[in-house]
Amino acid sequence: MSDRGGLSLHVPAPGRRPGEAADFSSVALEPSVQRPEIDTRAADMRDQVFSLIRVLDESGRASGPWNPSLDADTLRRGLRAMLLTRAFDERMFRAQRQGKTSFYVKCTGEEAIACAQAMVLDRADMCFTTYRQQGILITRGYPLVQMMNQIYSNARDPLKGHQLPILYSARDYGFFTLSGNVGTQYAQAVGWAMASAYRQDTRIASAWIGDGSTAEGDFHYALTFAAVYRAPVVLNIVNNQWAISSFQGIAGGEATTFAARALGYGLPGLRVDGNDFLAVYAASKWAVERARSNLGATVIEFYTYRSEGHSTSDDPSKYRPADEARHWPLGDPIERLKQHLLVAGHLSEADYAAMLAEVTEEVRTAARESEAVGTLGKSRPDAAVMFDDIFEQPDWRIKRQRDEAGV
Amino acid sequence: MAVMNMVQALNSALDVMLARDPDVLIFGEDVGYFGGVFRVTDGLQKKHGLTRCFDAPIAEGGIVAAAIGMAAYGLKPVVEIQFADYILPAYDQLVSEAARLRYRSAGEFSAPMVVRSPYGGGIFGGQTHSQSPEAIFAHVSGLKTVIPSNPYDAKGLLISSILDPDPVIFLEPKRIYTGPFDGNHDRPLTPWSKHPASEVPQDYYTVPLGEAAIVRPGSALTVLAYGTMVHVALAAVDEGGFDAEVIDLRTIMPLDIDSIAASVNRTGRCVIVHEATRTCGFGAELAALVEERCFYHLEAPTERVTGFDTPYPHAFEWEYFITPKRIIDAIHRVLTA
Repeated sequence: MSDRGGLSLHVPAPGRRPGEAADFSSVALEPSVQRPEIDTRAADMRDQVFSLIRVLDESGRASGPWNPSLDADTLRRGLRAMLLTRAFDERMFRAQRQGKTSFYVKCTGEEAIACAQAMVLDRADMCFTTYRQQGILITRGYPLVQMMNQIYSNARDPLKGHQLPILYSARDYGFFTLSGNVGTQYAQAVGWAMASAYRQDTRIASAWIGDGSTAEGDFHYALTFAAVYRAPVVLNIVNNQWAISSFQGIAGGEATTFAARALGYGLPGLRVDGNDFLAVYAASKWAVERARSNLGATVIEFYTYRSEGHSTSDDPSKYRPADEARHWPLGDPIERLKQHLLVAGHLSEADYAAMLAEVTEEVRTAARESEAVGTLGKSRPDAAVMFDDIFEQPDWRIKRQRDEAGV
Repeated sequence: MAVMNMVQALNSALDVMLARDPDVLIFGEDVGYFGGVFRVTDGLQKKHGLTRCFDAPIAEGGIVAAAIGMAAYGLKPVVEIQFADYILPAYDQLVSEAARLRYRSAGEFSAPMVVRSPYGGGIFGGQTHSQSPEAIFAHVSGLKTVIPSNPYDAKGLLISSILDPDPVIFLEPKRIYTGPFDGNHDRPLTPWSKHPASEVPQDYYTVPLGEAAIVRPGSALTVLAYGTMVHVALAAVDEGGFDAEVIDLRTIMPLDIDSIAASVNRTGRCVIVHEATRTCGFGAELAALVEERCFYHLEAPTERVTGFDTPYPHAFEWEYFITPKRIIDAIHRVLTA
């Protein structure tokens, strides 16, 4: 008999729960030293999934092979989109606390990811997002007041009160209807991309998932179908370290990176500093150009940190050190891009203050307009619309039940 | 007109729609080069091209998810799930996604797609090749469920399903692919060519969703059935010499409640037949609707003749599968109650 003893079950633990010290010493920050050509075979760029694409250094200077060398105007537009997204989040979070809506999800600390990729994509490219890519809608200029009307489920809610706050749909803005079931959209995005290729269109799809939901079967379906049919899709994984209270190790992030998932499917993978606007832009550009050149899908892991709670329904200090966000080594995306613009001489502190005041006023104006229509419970669409849009034409059951409801 | 069995009629429907509409495309496990394990897509890839009819990975959830994305783009995907028993990995995508896109986006997005799947028992397929899961789709708002019983209807209903603006679950009773099996397993199967519904136009035509067919008129009671059970019910009525009206529902969602209510209000008695397990089966819904619509005309309690509430047992195919005798017994009880 062997003396190796009995087996033991391993359950990953973050080692950074309340009362423990915040610790990011194991974070792999090895920089990516090479930008491959977009037609590089997946097998010839495997090192990318274990390194980190970074452009901005600690002092705000841009360097390295991935520097997208953007002009000042583009950079300022990016900064403004991120600032507007943050201002919107803060206002809506407060609105939930004031009882004006039931639910809200912020993307604080992750703004660069959605905003930069939205600037790379064409407006007609379809985004299949999670609930934390409101930055895409905002960057594409979707009216803030419409978002708020949806969040308040008021009489002007574009989704007729059918859907939970923040689960937007905006077809004309290339923004696919959001599901509350995490992960389902990932494989749908691949189908949409296959359709575009089938029609010999030029549009591509942008798919989004969180580190936690990569454990869903839909993730495997998506990567399998994307690889098999060489679908023109960018498969984004936002690794923000936390799925509500579960650290990314519970989704399988302990032994390898999420970008490395790509290797088993024969897809190229990139791993990116998600708090570096320029790195996000550059990696997105690489993947978008590859997809649009009919070279197929790319998996991108954006390495970032969810610096606030999952949603308005949880208190992160109950499951992670209260000061963990302060120890996050990759900083804040807005601060970092601002620093870059300051260092490059493309922005002054006064310009920044003016920009901040402008976006704050933009959000305030939209909120005033939306709240004049009404907030949750104070205003809502006509109850008869409860029976709309089940089928294109209602069948007898729907008509009869609408009568029964007396609406 | 041509004489076709169910497989040929379904193949013809797909062929016609591939030719008519470049946005129609087909994919699923083994449907491409090989033409499907039941041959429904035979020859379509060769005739219409690789991208119009192609093989998919063994991933039912992925097949349906991809179809949803394609439908949202503007194509009309027709996907095959090789056996209805295998559809459950796709259930989340069907229930939470395909059925809900239109509602949750207030009409901005929809999923006009068809999920075809061979279904039902009578082929010694055991637990995983015999089940009848229609009730789990009928229960979901936003899905339509179609179950044809003969070649003519199969082609016309499949074309209607492809044209439909909403997602359709199209269940093909595999026991009647080659002939109208009537539950008498110990007798030779009559081929479709001996049945009038095998006369099928070669070109385009439709049979509308939501319209039942009275396949045998009668006045003493009404038998409600669909799929293979239509033929078993007809055999039971013939063998028992009953003056029964047999209604083939053809689509269970949308349901032709008016035809059902008109018939039962006239006959005053009702027997419901389906292969699926009884508890919460579609027969429960039918019985409730008959009570709501026909209570004051009913002369007897409505009976259900259904699959038993067990998994589908391999060795006991003909004890489990509904035979004319079980229906005859039920009709006797309802007529004498």
